[in-house]
Amino acid sequence: MSQWRRRYGAPVLDFAAGNGLINRRALLGSGVTFVGSLAAAAGTVTGAAAEPLADAPWSLAVGEIMPAVQTPSAFEKDVTRALSNPNGEFRTSHARTPHHRLGGTVTPNGLHFSINHGGIPNIDPAEHKLVIHGMVRQPLEFTLESLSRYPLVTRMAFVECAGNSAPMFAKEPLQTTVQMLHGLVSNAEWTGVPLSTLLDEAGIDPTAKWLVAEGADAQFLDRSVPVKKAYDDALIAIYQNGEHLMPGNGYPMRLLLPGYQGNMNVKYVRRIKVIDRPAYSYFETKNYSQILPGGKTWRFHFLMEVKSFITHPSYGLSLKQPGLYAISGLAYSGTGRISKVMVSADGGKSWGEAALQGPIQDKAFTRFVMPWRWDGQPAILQSRAYDDGGNVQPLRAEFVAMRGEASRPVTTPLGFPNQHYNSITSWAVDSAGEIKHVYA
Amino acid sequence: MSMRRIVAAPVLAFVFAAGTALAQDSGLGKPLTESDIKQWDITVLPDGSNLPSGSGMPAQGAKIFAEKCSACHGEAGKGGVAPYFPALVGGQPLTNGIDTVKTIANYYAYATTIFDYTRRAMPYNMPRSLTDDEVYSLTAYILALNKLIGDNDVIDAKTLAQVKMPNRDNFIMPYPDRL
Repeated sequence: MSQWRRRYGAPVLDFAAGNGLINRRALLGSGVTFVGSLAAAAGTVTGAAAEPLADAPWSLAVGEIMPAVQTPSAFEKDVTRALSNPNGEFRTSHARTPHHRLGGTVTPNGLHFSINHGGIPNIDPAEHKLVIHGMVRQPLEFTLESLSRYPLVTRMAFVECAGNSAPMFAKEPLQTTVQMLHGLVSNAEWTGVPLSTLLDEAGIDPTAKWLVAEGADAQFLDRSVPVKKAYDDALIAIYQNGEHLMPGNGYPMRLLLPGYQGNMNVKYVRRIKVIDRPAYSYFETKNYSQILPGGKTWRFHFLMEVKSFITHPSYGLSLKQPGLYAISGLAYSGTGRISKVMVSADGGKSWGEAALQGPIQDKAFTRFVMPWRWDGQPAILQSRAYDDGGNVQPLRAEFVAMRGEASRPVTTPLGFPNQHYNSITSWAVDSAGEIKHVYA
Repeated sequence: MSMRRIVAAPVLAFVFAAGTALAQDSGLGKPLTESDIKQWDITVLPDGSNLPSGSGMPAQGAKIFAEKCSACHGEAGKGGVAPYFPALVGGQPLTNGIDTVKTIANYYAYATTIFDYTRRAMPYNMPRSLTDDEVYSLTAYILALNKLIGDNDVIDAKTLAQVKMPNRDNFIMPYPDRL
């Protein structure tokens, strides 16, 4: 059943909400009709091409030699992570994922976000050890080789820094890309050993409530993790999208805690100590706890809550002409699966339900798509995600009422005025097709 | 329907048996003793458990600080190039805003965190290069700068956990059911 019909040579669109949002069922109908209507609406199928088609030079010669490890086309040279510390000064380094230049849901390994507080350790996998001890019957040591002999499991999971989207705490919207605002979240297929398998082998004391996971980096970065989470869905991951972990993502092994603060997913994990209370390590004491309006503070927040943002179109990707576009973005929740994403083109006055690209997986990216006919008038694009636990991404007014805004001006997207921002992002399209970041 | 059940039951039994065997006789984890792990086990808990022997006083810490810490953290811990090298002394009330700079005096719940992090991660370019006495001395110096102990107090495995940090009772947990 096509939602698009030709009448007097022009398509009639089934609108889902105001300002040109088209019913997502258009995507499920006749593809031919959709493509034809899209082209017609964009006004590109009038008349013949200016010049006859000719064969391109790359078709008329033998191509290049095949490399052992392939890298993206030279034309993709601008698809890079944004670095906060390119010269390796003695401070934390961040690399942000270019979501506005990617499609689908899997973040390529070279573009997965990374934060290292003490540089990237150069670990020899043959020498690396993981020790489990503390409140266990038998302390044990594992290596990459021994972990590889277990029946491994594979799952998709997003990893998000608790400080992702921190510039959104600014009172005035920062004019910058989705990469700079939301680039500290990525999504990959992780393969590893369930942590519960290793804890059971060591014989965990039933009264143990916590474990402290520690990395082999220059900070010996450590975080306290509830045993409950360890037995829920934690992995010691050794593969990322099919190859061994990237050095910036924990090579040769990391703790994976799907849906929990990125910092807790301890990279280069070398030691897990089972204990009966949290350690109050530096990072859980300071960076990864939040000041609330009025001065109270949250600790052991852990959970990355339901969230979405539009990647296409977004700041820096201007619209060339009126016509049909696909509004597309990413949605995810640390509590489960995405159940629905609503999209607005009129700043939240009306909402239409976006199509979700499957498979929709637990604690992983889901891409949403909303067909949109832009009529050349100003529009404000927003997305709002819902998860299967009944959680809803808060509107900005709701979020600010609960969590507050920065008291001082935010002048750079590299700072972290606060953490755990999961409210909506708004892109304003002006009549020239330029896109600004706004609060709406 | 019933055929499927008949076939499925033995398969499940096999998987269960294999899992049990793995846990009991796997041999994949190499057994260690806690004494093998001693050098790695640097986790200090808020009640002071697992702190090493040794001690230090603020005056001793001041000398070490001037030599090994002040290049980044500034003279007497007043701060270097913000926000990367934070001040270790002072701090505004948290009621100033959700973006108030978090410091030892206005934020940390336990003084053991200062010892633990300094020992595991500082100095930034030479982690684990300080002796336990040096870490105790630096911890004492930082606590004294913040008027959380006196200038003549000794910090050791017993006294460190007794330091009452001002913000300790100000924390709440958003998701207590996840513990």
